[in-house]
Amino acid sequence: MTCVDYPDQTAPNVKRSQIGKPLPRTDAPGKVFGSTRFAGDHTMPGMLHMCVVRANVASAILVALDVEKARALKGVVEILTAADMPTPDVQEEISGQDRTNGADTESPILAAERIRYYGEPLALIAAESRDIAEQARQLVEFELKPVRGVYDPLEAMKPGAPVIQGNSNIVAERKIRKGDAAAALENADFIIENTFRTPFQEHAFLEPEAGLAWVDENDVVNIRVCTQDIAHFRAIADAIGVPHNKVRIRGALVGGGFGGKEDCTLEKFLAVMARKTGRPVRLEYSREDSFVGHGKRHPLILRYKTGVMKDGTICGLDVEIIADSGAYLYLSPYVLLYAAVASPGPYRIDNLNVRARAVATNNMYTSAFRGYGAMQACAAYEQQMEEVAKVLEMDPIEFRRLNYLRTGDPVATGFVPPGAIWTEQCVDLAWKAIGGRAKPAQGPVKIGRGIAAYQQSYGRLSFLDDSSEAWVGVELDGTVIVRSGVADIGAGQVSALCQIAAEILGVSLDKVTVYSTDSAVTPMSGRTAATRTLYMTGNATKKAAEAIRTRLTHRAAQAFDVRQDEIEMADGTVAAKSNPGLSMSLGALAKICRDEGISRTELAMFHQTMQDNLDPETGQGQAHPDYVYGAHAVEVSVDTETGEVCVLRSIAAHDIGQCINRAAVEGQIEGGAQNGQGFALSEEMLYEEGRLITPSLSEYLMPTSMDMPRVESIILESRSGIGPFGAKGIGEPAITPVAPAVANAIADAIGVRVYQMPITPERIVNALAQKRQSAGQMS
Amino acid sequence: MSNSKPVTLCINGRNEEINVPAHRTLLEALRDLGHVEVKRGCEKGDCGACAVLVDGVALDSCLTLAWMCEGSEITTVSGLGNAQDPHPLQTAFIDLGAAQCGYCSPGMIVAAKGFLEEVTDPTDDDIRMALSGNLCRCTGYAKILDAVKHAALLMREEGGKS
Repeated sequence: MTCVDYPDQTAPNVKRSQIGKPLPRTDAPGKVFGSTRFAGDHTMPGMLHMCVVRANVASAILVALDVEKARALKGVVEILTAADMPTPDVQEEISGQDRTNGADTESPILAAERIRYYGEPLALIAAESRDIAEQARQLVEFELKPVRGVYDPLEAMKPGAPVIQGNSNIVAERKIRKGDAAAALENADFIIENTFRTPFQEHAFLEPEAGLAWVDENDVVNIRVCTQDIAHFRAIADAIGVPHNKVRIRGALVGGGFGGKEDCTLEKFLAVMARKTGRPVRLEYSREDSFVGHGKRHPLILRYKTGVMKDGTICGLDVEIIADSGAYLYLSPYVLLYAAVASPGPYRIDNLNVRARAVATNNMYTSAFRGYGAMQACAAYEQQMEEVAKVLEMDPIEFRRLNYLRTGDPVATGFVPPGAIWTEQCVDLAWKAIGGRAKPAQGPVKIGRGIAAYQQSYGRLSFLDDSSEAWVGVELDGTVIVRSGVADIGAGQVSALCQIAAEILGVSLDKVTVYSTDSAVTPMSGRTAATRTLYMTGNATKKAAEAIRTRLTHRAAQAFDVRQDEIEMADGTVAAKSNPGLSMSLGALAKICRDEGISRTELAMFHQTMQDNLDPETGQGQAHPDYVYGAHAVEVSVDTETGEVCVLRSIAAHDIGQCINRAAVEGQIEGGAQNGQGFALSEEMLYEEGRLITPSLSEYLMPTSMDMPRVESIILESRSGIGPFGAKGIGEPAITPVAPAVANAIADAIGVRVYQMPITPERIVNALAQKRQSAGQMS
Repeated sequence: MSNSKPVTLCINGRNEEINVPAHRTLLEALRDLGHVEVKRGCEKGDCGACAVLVDGVALDSCLTLAWMCEGSEITTVSGLGNAQDPHPLQTAFIDLGAAQCGYCSPGMIVAAKGFLEEVTDPTDDDIRMALSGNLCRCTGYAKILDAVKHAALLMREEGGKS
């Protein structure tokens, strides 16, 4: 880890006792001693065990479903099919999309007639034991009549293709238009056109989905579940036809999310079964259930047509994006927008034309995944930048330098981000750290180095509502309580809130307890997604703690007969700066406040000002509150005989605004490097007519400890972010530039580019064979 | 069930009895006994989240049958140490930020413990090899590697003292 003191570095804007340091996270002890209870670790007396019956083909009519044999099995308590399901789902409005094709946003709880993807749920079983539930699953008989499906988005766009739902397979469209791209391309000295393809990706969190539900004495359905969003209680209530205040979600520390636990997973199954049986019910997904039971990363086809002048300025860019939305919409329109907004990259391009479409197929539905469309766009634009530089015969770093967005420049949508844009600094530092261009290696094993820069938003889309609340209170013994609905999905979200409260109220971390992720008792703070949690809930927590601090220091100033700004709070003590003799414990001050009716608690809201939707034709407006910028550099070896790639070095440079916990920031960067490397090289979901044939962690290959180099983190702090203390965010940015950096390093090593990820040994060997063939033809 | 029989398992130094059928895995038996610190990740031996020590050797409890473990010493991550008396691996995992979501941590720590019994002064590559059966999706293994290395040092120092 290197902390860079870059000349532009702005001074810390607060006196910080712990913000920015590498601290042990408050959630760590429970996790390493084994006392943390995840959602699947809870049981209740009298509970039933559930399992899900799923379709075994991707496109079919459900002709018959016979559950009687299964129901007759001793110990089977209930079996539910579509006929037992409550009112139809309430369809969510998608801002900026007219949804005229009539497609449903989400799949029904259970399929009634039409099967649209492999693994679509058909029936729910509840039994006295797991074994019995599993036996009953084997006894459920169903007859499916195959229907011609479509599994390739390009095929699905053709006339005559089977229509998945409604009247068209094009389920979402976004456009961005700025200047005159067509004219600019006509006047360009060079036009470089390439098509890049990115694959499905599985989140592969280590904790498969799990939950426990029961109906309590107030007729409230309680659902204890691993989720990134406890606000789903509303959608669940709508789906099962009860008022919103009759569903409670109690989350837990989540065993990895990455976007895969952002939509509802098994909550509705649990809710309907708990209500139907009146008993506590528990459902744990197997790994295979998890593979087929939640949405994947959107595969994208990205066609880039870049016009450049001989001097290296980009004069125009035309981008076409096709995203495979799978069988249901889910978050596709938003993911598509992220891809469109990100598609020019961190570069100033005045003549821009982007057309992005999401297309329905009978593949697994696609939805949120760390990076959310923007990382797929980065995989394309940063490879394209290298290809353009090659045509120009320019150094790719110098070519980028001619075109960077710089602080104060507008992004693709015309919006000027409030924070700093330090792409150039990050690229230079990462490239320097890796040592610049590699020397050519002799023999069959080649060495290559590559880099990629990026732009990734933090905070939710600006035209969607977004608020976050946090409650902070000072106890009579000087300890602090924070209540916030935030879901901690493993990145240290809760620990960060703890630090913020501790910083403002002048106590040590161990004096703060955070109660989180319960829709009944913690203030709602929105989903843990979109790199928004530190920004939104961090700001809310800071605001609440500051309000208390103001009241407490006001009262202390009276007690000591000094000015309020003379009061310091540190180490659980409140004292006058000018006179060390004037001090009392925070607890003593809290008692005075109690006696006098001065409130020691505060509920604060941080609200992101809602903007108009982007112009539907030009995409101009504010898409996001702000952006993170940075770069990733990678060194690889490539065996040109076997196609084997080893990542030898992996160096990240990010301007994250302000570290809250440096160790947690590094952790995000290191995990992002792994997640992106797997995406680039080895993680491949193979489907045969929509049927997943790699539904296990021995077939779907994410990087192991043997595959990962030691990741180096260069952390820049512009302190220009709109989060607490000038923070931006790092959850998604950590992954965004990794895959194109790997791709560029491979192209550097072997002199030929593989345009489709993952860049498997087979694809490398084929690309090299093609290169030899075309070289042979030329000679 | 007719093929069930009572089995006595010695878990973290205490004998516990459970009635289990022949096909019941050690993972399921341990979790049914309340040892939910043993994590279920894949039930196929692919991920290592369920690793426990059986007579000092790290095994995937999802691939081990409960019946086979009668008379063996089974150690879970909770048996290695606690907040009052932490194992050096646990201390290192906390101090160096090696646990993120924490779901792989119990298996990872147990696997590392088994390995450090064999190799007291490991290189980075030794550790990578030893932990290659334990998947993690959050950390890129960087801080896990650091923590295991640091724990090895702490354990050597402790060993030197005694």
